Amino acid sequence: MALLTISEPDQANAQPTADHYAVGIDLGTTHSLVACVIDGAAQVLAEEFGQCLLPSVVHYLANGQCEVGAIAQQALIDDSANTVSSVKRLIGRGYEDIQGLADILPYQLIPGESGMVWLDTCAGKKSPVEVSAEILKILKRRAEKIIPGTFSGAVITVPAYFDEAQRQATKDAAQLAGIPVLRLLNEPTAAAVSYGLDHEEEGIYAVYDLGGGTFDISILRLTKGVFEVLATGGNAALGGDDFDRAIVQGLLEEKNITLLNTEHYCHLLITARQVKEQLTEKNVAAFIENNTSHELTREQFNQWIAPLVDRSIVACKKTLRDADIELSEIKQVILVGGATRTPLVKTKITQWFGRAPLTDLDPDRVVALGAAWQAHALMGNASSDHPVLLDVTPLSLGVETMGGLVEKIIPRNSPIPTAKTQTFTTFRDGQTAMALHIVQGESERVEINRSLARFELTGISPLLAGAARIRVTFQVDADGLLLVSAMEVTTGIAASIQVKPSYGLTEQQIAAMLKNTAQ
Amino acid sequence: MAITVTETAAQHIKSQLQQRGKGEGIRVGVKTTGCSGLAYVLEFVDQQKPEDQIFLNYGVQVFVDPKSLLYIDGTQMDFTKEGVNEGFKFTNPNVKGECGCGESFTI
Repeated sequence: MALLTISEPDQANAQPTADHYAVGIDLGTTHSLVACVIDGAAQVLAEEFGQCLLPSVVHYLANGQCEVGAIAQQALIDDSANTVSSVKRLIGRGYEDIQGLADILPYQLIPGESGMVWLDTCAGKKSPVEVSAEILKILKRRAEKIIPGTFSGAVITVPAYFDEAQRQATKDAAQLAGIPVLRLLNEPTAAAVSYGLDHEEEGIYAVYDLGGGTFDISILRLTKGVFEVLATGGNAALGGDDFDRAIVQGLLEEKNITLLNTEHYCHLLITARQVKEQLTEKNVAAFIENNTSHELTREQFNQWIAPLVDRSIVACKKTLRDADIELSEIKQVILVGGATRTPLVKTKITQWFGRAPLTDLDPDRVVALGAAWQAHALMGNASSDHPVLLDVTPLSLGVETMGGLVEKIIPRNSPIPTAKTQTFTTFRDGQTAMALHIVQGESERVEINRSLARFELTGISPLLAGAARIRVTFQVDADGLLLVSAMEVTTGIAASIQVKPSYGLTEQQIAAMLKNTAQ
Repeated sequence: MAITVTETAAQHIKSQLQQRGKGEGIRVGVKTTGCSGLAYVLEFVDQQKPEDQIFLNYGVQVFVDPKSLLYIDGTQMDFTKEGVNEGFKFTNPNVKGECGCGESFTI
């Protein structure tokens, strides 16, 4: 127990200075948003023309400059080789990991340093971290214009399934954009926070997130101010864009529209999106194609997309099974992502979960709003309505033991900061060194988990196998960074390593990039 | 319901109050913070709050608000030296767990 001294009255509850603002950033696969709590209300910050959603698209130009957002979106068709979209799928990933994606993405992927994936554009080789930083810079600039005080940092949301490397890469991107990261927050947790579920009853909540291109389902458990992620699942290739494609497919088959060329297809996709949006409010949507007016009923539309929505329900079933949760245990279902506006999605969710989902907040904005509340609380404005959530480790951390198995030291969902120690011993008589291999993941087998770092403890006095006692301590600080130390108990010799995920960027690389951007 | 203060602790509190020149006593409470949930608050008291409960030990008044009392009822406060550090130490029978740094605890 720490020793205390007596402090002056009311110092502990000192009010934070009012002119420092921290924002919440939802760095999405298709769209990104920034929100902030101003005058006690969370609001999404819009750009000058009133647009809140910034398309997560970066277009690189031959002169080394780049365009971000709606302007860059135009270039998706004209200059697809130099236009990067969905960079979130690449951040913090190894080149080998994403071979499956390389065929669908229009831009060129190349292996970069330490095996991570880079992009080849006409403005030079770019890492996904740099591309994400471009998006973050725009959001930061937007926030600086609107907030009535100093910009002092951000809470950035990441998918619950992001591992240490992907989280670190996201932090690196923020650093590169000049944004101090207060914390990374899981997207489903942020959604729950914006609905104020953090001060509701303890229990189990489901977050159904159907975005433009990805579907995520997360099962959360709230206990004493901690949201644990019990299980996540989903489909990386299912989203609102698939609804658009289903409409185009349907139109081509049943409305006597013939496909002329790729450009025509892109044009039809835009029409399909408008039709889809109309059908959210109305039962019949009208549109003009090739100088002929057509009509599409919601019934017809529902038929076309029903197989897609059913696929999301299948993923929900599987995730619930993973979490070992009965359907009846779920207290609330939260909807996130623009595609959840579709009436059929709501109907199917209500049917399957047996209860109406929470839909009061704009599903495009809930994540950013939740992050803003959390940023506000972390700036010292914690109130009983929005307390500071404890952060947890997203995945288990452990060391490799004999036979390629993993001994978990810190289990997933441990509130951080935390420290855990376990004692190991030598395997052979006279063994004087021990190699420690630190891995992250839920599997019992080393090769399935992600390797984070390796180091050696040498100078162990030669003893019989099993006689030496080596205490291995894992410490995770409040920022989620891991320090592993090993000490041989009898001699006191020790070694330690600060874990920097091998796929992340080195400090030098970041420094070099920061220098380049400053020039 | 009570909070107790050891004689050593009481002497230190008195001398600190004297050095400060004013103050009715000390306030002991909890706030939600830290890694493990709750942390102790220890401050001088200039003005009593109406809801405060007051405990008298060795001539020292200890003020506790009723909400905090739920978490720290039965706590003994001592003054100790650990190496070069010295300060007040709490022995709280309600504590179920402490975080690694010793800053906070759970009930």
